Amino acid sequence: MLKAKSRIGLVFFPAFDWAIDPSHPEREERLLYTQDQIFEEGLMDIEGIQEFKPDLVTDQDIQRAHFCVPDESTVTTSSHYVSAGGAKTMARELMEGHIEKGFALVRPPGHHAMRVVHGGRGFCNINIEAIMVEYLRSQWGVKRIAIVDTDCHHGDGTQDIYWHDPDVLFISLHQDGRTLYPGSGFMEELGGPNAAGYTVNIPLPPHTSEEGYLYTVENAVMPILDDFKPDLIINSAGQDNHYTDPITNMNFTAQGYAKLTEILNPHIAVLEGGYSIEAALPYVNAGIILAMAGLDYSHVLEPDYNPAVLKESKDTLQYIHKLCDRVMDQWSRRGPELSQKVFGKKEFHERSRSIMYDTDGIYEGQKEILRSCSDCAGSFRIESKSDRDWRIIGVHIPLNACPACKAQGEEWYENASGADKAYLQDRSRDLYLKK
Amino acid sequence: MIIGLDVGGTHTDVVLLGPEGVLARTKEVTDQENLVDTVLRGVDGVLGDIDPGKITRVVLSTTLTTNSVIRNTLTPVGMVVAAGPGMDPKLHAIGSSFHVVKGALDHRGAEIAALDKEAVKKAFALIREKGIRAIGLVTKFSVRNPSHEEAMEKAAKGLFDTVFCGHRLSGVLNFPRRIASCWLNAGVHDAFFSFSQAVKEAFRARGIIAPVHVLKADGGTFSLDAALECPGETVLSGPSASVMGAIPHSPSAKDVLVLDIGGTTTDMAVLIDKVPVLEPLGAEVGGVKTLFRALKSVSIGLGGDSELTRKGKELLIGPDRKGPALCLGGPVPTPTDAMAVLGLFEGGDRAAAFKGMETLGRDLGMETEAVSRFVLKSLCEKIRDAAFAMVEGINARPVYTLHEMLEGYVVKPEALLVMGGPAAVLAPGLGEACGLESRAVPDWGVANAIGAALARTTCAVTVLADTQRGFVRAPEEGYSAEAPIAFNMDDAIALAKKLVREKALRLGADAKGLEVEVLEAQEFSMMRGYRRAGRNIRVRAQVKPGLIRNGGVI
Ligand SMILES: [Zn+2]
Ligand SMILES: [Zn+2]
Ligand SMILES: [Zn+2]
Repeated sequence: MLKAKSRIGLVFFPAFDWAIDPSHPEREERLLYTQDQIFEEGLMDIEGIQEFKPDLVTDQDIQRAHFCVPDESTVTTSSHYVSAGGAKTMARELMEGHIEKGFALVRPPGHHAMRVVHGGRGFCNINIEAIMVEYLRSQWGVKRIAIVDTDCHHGDGTQDIYWHDPDVLFISLHQDGRTLYPGSGFMEELGGPNAAGYTVNIPLPPHTSEEGYLYTVENAVMPILDDFKPDLIINSAGQDNHYTDPITNMNFTAQGYAKLTEILNPHIAVLEGGYSIEAALPYVNAGIILAMAGLDYSHVLEPDYNPAVLKESKDTLQYIHKLCDRVMDQWSRRGPELSQKVFGKKEFHERSRSIMYDTDGIYEGQKEILRSCSDCAGSFRIESKSDRDWRIIGVHIPLNACPACKAQGEEWYENASGADKAYLQDRSRDLYLKK
Repeated sequence: MIIGLDVGGTHTDVVLLGPEGVLARTKEVTDQENLVDTVLRGVDGVLGDIDPGKITRVVLSTTLTTNSVIRNTLTPVGMVVAAGPGMDPKLHAIGSSFHVVKGALDHRGAEIAALDKEAVKKAFALIREKGIRAIGLVTKFSVRNPSHEEAMEKAAKGLFDTVFCGHRLSGVLNFPRRIASCWLNAGVHDAFFSFSQAVKEAFRARGIIAPVHVLKADGGTFSLDAALECPGETVLSGPSASVMGAIPHSPSAKDVLVLDIGGTTTDMAVLIDKVPVLEPLGAEVGGVKTLFRALKSVSIGLGGDSELTRKGKELLIGPDRKGPALCLGGPVPTPTDAMAVLGLFEGGDRAAAFKGMETLGRDLGMETEAVSRFVLKSLCEKIRDAAFAMVEGINARPVYTLHEMLEGYVVKPEALLVMGGPAAVLAPGLGEACGLESRAVPDWGVANAIGAALARTTCAVTVLADTQRGFVRAPEEGYSAEAPIAFNMDDAIALAKKLVREKALRLGADAKGLEVEVLEAQEFSMMRGYRRAGRNIRVRAQVKPGLIRNGGVI
């Protein structure tokens, strides 16, 4: 009888009756062939692999990660509650000790959803990893978490949510933002003034294949994780680096994804993108599950797999080697020194930016003010206005907030005026207030 | 008149049913080495001087297949398997001679790699060299496209006595289970053939000309001849007989827990509006996971003969059975002895029971009667915990659509039906432990045989259509046709219903009142680029497990 080396939990929720619209890449058919492959392989029958029914997240779960405008149910569908719920299920089963690793194969994805949510961005409305991470931190007291985003697109939403937090390390590997949506994720995006260096972006050149990708994992991602020493490693497991993916330009393979999973050895993987529904997803997902279970995945090969054809050029590999050196150099300078160099020394830091919601066609303007703090992640206040005529103020008080930041956050919320709605996300008391 | 036989591990229960109910009943000791003899003794036991020509139907459950798996007495089977991308097929090796050949299909049934016919021939030669006369042929995704299995089957013609193909036994995806099921079918075929021939001959000799049916793990039946096409489906028909026997007494539109309390084990199952809950994929027997449709049943090591011991001041019940109760000459006290002490079990040596329970009570610091009541209460609570855990497991089954997630049916038992030896004694205590209305099934001693007698023929068929690739198939039924681009869900459902009806009739169903239902109907638009390239339709239909109508009996 086949037995997994470690006890694995799976949530498989293909949402066969939900889509943004029928011709959208993120549609009902997306996990159909994956289901065929994992059911036909009998993966759920392997001893030590257990399939779980997803939970539904609550509004309170969502409120730990987001300011939803005007509220949670307006910017989501039931499918989002299940998708984030599947991730939460894996977290709970892991913390209760029923499983040693978990993989939430759910849709829709979430890593483009930022802290403020006016609608859908890049097929994402709420950030399912962030909701899970906040659940792990507030309900289970997990201190340090690393999120490694291996989706081909920059995980700009997750980056945004953890931008100011040095306790949650965010590493994103992705196709260079100069060539792909959402056009961000450059090395210079390294985290906010209170968490400088704890956002690590590794933009890879188009056509990166197995060798270059795995080189990056072994020579940048793993050494950074070794330094950071997280209590948990989360993988935002997007599968759109595949050579057959219709909306990206990378050359990664099922074998590559399986090896990546083996090397990274995440506690929980959460499916993100991946739109080559027939030629990639069935094989990539089977490979990842086998790798997580510690079983032989060497036979998981795409029907037209040919590593020689997909191999990177010498130039590309050289570029990647240099990139990894730069990433490691920047990482070694993380913390106050890097912060002062990039942001200067100020009591409050301000920034303004505009955000586009491509899925829902919404434009948002944001003004943020952050309290500089060396004792906690720092409170901040966001003023956000959308072209749908919503004007809100969101105040965030971080987990383990120091008394000064707490007081500052409370004052901001008390004095919030001139907006349609004001929200207080007080993570120190696990509280969410609206007025 | 109908004869129903439930051939169990130790006893065989037999009933003769007329339109007005049970006419005769008997219990025989099962001779595992000679099941035919057991069946005949049972038939003679209920027939008396009734004219055998008046028998219109015989249904039997048999332990033959289950025992062959558990005792590992299947005939040697050679397996030839083609896999393609995925897990290493050698990990699924089973049987006396396992061979992997090249050839692969994908999830939509498209050929990825041609079948290596030379390798197939070589594998056949190696299997024959070992003197093996039975083979199983399985390819990955053969339920999407059976052509590779069919090509192997053609090549096997004349070389082997017994040939089984994976695609005929189920439309459900699961390659390792398909391999194991195919192996089991091929391995039990000879024994089943001998058994069926012997039964037929003996019946004929007695003047019984009625059709003979065999009970399956899903609580349905098929004819003795149809059983030869898939003998593996007769595994675990014992528990299914019990559950079918509870159906006539189960209230409509309610969720009911069925508890069959035997000497060593208690089997539990769930009925929803008189229909048993099935296993999602198929039966598991002796550690072998199969695709044979089976009703969901859980067996726990607690029964009337469970050994009573203690650990410190803690009472332990089971899981071992050391023999019968003390009052029936056994070596250790059992729940049956507790019943004897309380006057709930008559017959046997009450003094012996009293002595055993007195000792147990003294060790636990309780009076003899108090400890006896405590034993029965604990037994009921342990059965309740296992039953509720099973229900929780059924409700925790994964779902794959929003609709099922948000509006899925949640099983919530509202009543208990108890059967087996101590049913009448334990029914009130079980009801109290579970907080549910509870009663013993009438004729609880032979209710399982009544269940077998009245079970209706069941089967299922899966229809797949892919209008982009232009086919519609039902591999189990050997059906394949071109699908026009306009082929739609209604067409698929109509075809599935037609095929399942035909199959049921072939398996021995009565055309009157044949109830066909659609289990699953999914349709996906296949988008390539931004336009619709076709429809992918999947329909599964079945004849619901249930009972035939039989005059006043139900
Ligand atoms: Zn990424
Ligand atoms: Zn992506
Ligand atoms: Zn602070």
